[in-house]
Amino acid sequence: MKKLKLKELECCLQQVDGFENPKLLLEQYPTRPHIAACMLYTIHNTFDDIENKIVADLGCGCGMLSVGSAMLGAGLCIGFDVDPDALEVFNRNSEEFELTNIDMVQCNVCSLSEKMVKTFDTIIMNPPFGTKHNKGMDVAFLKTAVQMARTAVYSLHKTSTREHIQKKADDWKVKMDVLAELRYDLPASYKFHKKKSVDIEVDFIRFSTEKKTNEGMT
Amino acid sequence: MKLLTHNMLTSHVRGVRPGGGFPLRIKATEVKVNNVDFNQEFTARMVPKVEWGALVEAAESLGHRGDLPSEPIPDYESNEDFLRKVHHVLMEVEVVEGMLKCPDTGREFPITKGIPNMLLSEEET
Repeated sequence: MKKLKLKELECCLQQVDGFENPKLLLEQYPTRPHIAACMLYTIHNTFDDIENKIVADLGCGCGMLSVGSAMLGAGLCIGFDVDPDALEVFNRNSEEFELTNIDMVQCNVCSLSEKMVKTFDTIIMNPPFGTKHNKGMDVAFLKTAVQMARTAVYSLHKTSTREHIQKKADDWKVKMDVLAELRYDLPASYKFHKKKSVDIEVDFIRFSTEKKTNEGMT
Repeated sequence: MKLLTHNMLTSHVRGVRPGGGFPLRIKATEVKVNNVDFNQEFTARMVPKVEWGALVEAAESLGHRGDLPSEPIPDYESNEDFLRKVHHVLMEVEVVEGMLKCPDTGREFPITKGIPNMLLSEEET
């Protein structure tokens, strides 16, 4: 398939529609096209975890990461989200881009069943940060993702939670690599944001689920 | 909803026997067939990963089984003809409107505009 350049990918992703009425309880912040494109480009070019793979996008929202994965040649990308309104926008997005390697399921991500263990090659997600009313949701998403992935999970987490996330990764015996530190500009989508946008520091992390081998051998 | 997606979905409503809730029976009122680019490598990788019986049953219930065999054939990796049939069933046949029914409890999950709704109420989990 045609090689897509980073700029081209970002340009395309700018056409992806976002939430019409973001829901505070679900922490519906959009993944900005720039961040999404950088993430996907790295996953594709550095790790080759998208092309011909079966990919899941947990908490997909309007499908920014799914649409990008599909463009980069995923065998199939399935988006999972609890919110029907977001999925409706996602559906329109995937139709507008004429993507046929995409599917979506409405469900509660944290209750994706045991049948899903190791069913996907790659999980790509921008989970709720687990703040506000959602404490612990970030870890709940991550735990589900780690169970579902055969190869790797790519996720965004607040830099301030890195130690906590590392501890969880150790508990679950997955290898964790912080690939980049990003400044995530949350647009003031909600009334409680007084400033126009708020920058928060976010880690872009790869968790690899293959058994750790060399650990403790030296 | 593609049949590859269907192949991974399970009902986990309360009352499902351990390891059960699969495969979900499909009652479709609208099915469409899309053209999807054939990806031989991906299709070949999916063959040993899907629950074959469930796939055949799902395709059959939609009237789109064609001559898909009841077992994967030997040396399927290099058999383009066979892989195209698998590709068709996994990726091109889509349920647009209908229901998924849990084989254990009979709980029905609606499919609307191609999206299955697997949400359960709190009492059901």
